[in-house]
Amino acid sequence: MKKIATLPTSACVSCGCCETVCPKNAVAVYNGIYAKVTTSLCIGCGLCVKACPAQIISLREADSVG
Amino acid sequence: MAKKRNWYDYLWIVSLLYLALGFFNIMFAWLGLICFVVPLIMSFAGGKKGYCNRYCGRGQLLFLLGKRFSKNLPVPKWLTSKWFRYGFLTFFLLMFFNMLFSTYLVFAQAKDLKEIVTLLWSFSLPWNFASSAAPVSDWVKQFAFGFYGVMLTSTVLGLITMLLFRPRTWCVYCPMGTMTQLVCKAKYKE
Repeated sequence: MKKIATLPTSACVSCGCCETVCPKNAVAVYNGIYAKVTTSLCIGCGLCVKACPAQIISLREADSVG
Repeated sequence: MAKKRNWYDYLWIVSLLYLALGFFNIMFAWLGLICFVVPLIMSFAGGKKGYCNRYCGRGQLLFLLGKRFSKNLPVPKWLTSKWFRYGFLTFFLLMFFNMLFSTYLVFAQAKDLKEIVTLLWSFSLPWNFASSAAPVSDWVKQFAFGFYGVMLTSTVLGLITMLLFRPRTWCVYCPMGTMTQLVCKAKYKE
């Protein structure tokens, strides 16, 4: 099952660490407020999960993400 | 998988150089204002926080050091809470204005120039070895000492949290990051 990165936007500090490490440009800071994952681009590599200093990004099964 | 490297990926060298120069001539501390002004301009004018992930040399430095030295312990919840982030921003600004007031007192000749750098808002470190002979007013030098203290303090805090938690844990409570996020929130009314 394909996994993709998800995060609760309200807890995001918008530091952009995830954006920096994402090899597919699947995550970007939206309007300087929170990070947003483009699910179609995410390959579930987990680099953003490791890089997030607030530890709010997790990998979920693609089907469970709305 | 690796991304193409750009010139701004090496700004960590500038951050390192900035800290080093402060040990030789305190007047270089003024250059640190760039780290205050540029993110604010980017957020006010562009409504973006691009400075944090692209141009922040300190963040890059912590990331590089953290890859080798970070213990990667779980970040305590309180550290990422809004209360702490906004509280730290408020405290940081209060201390910053206190530093500006000290500069004003030297400008108004109510106080003499103190060649000290205050670390963690508590420890006064004698810094006369980096005293500048530049023909400028004492308040200009006083600001440099005060501002270098601010930069050194934030670097030390960043290093401590880098060692304990994730490499860029400083980014979670960085006052500039919190402030620019607030600017963006206000700009987009979120």
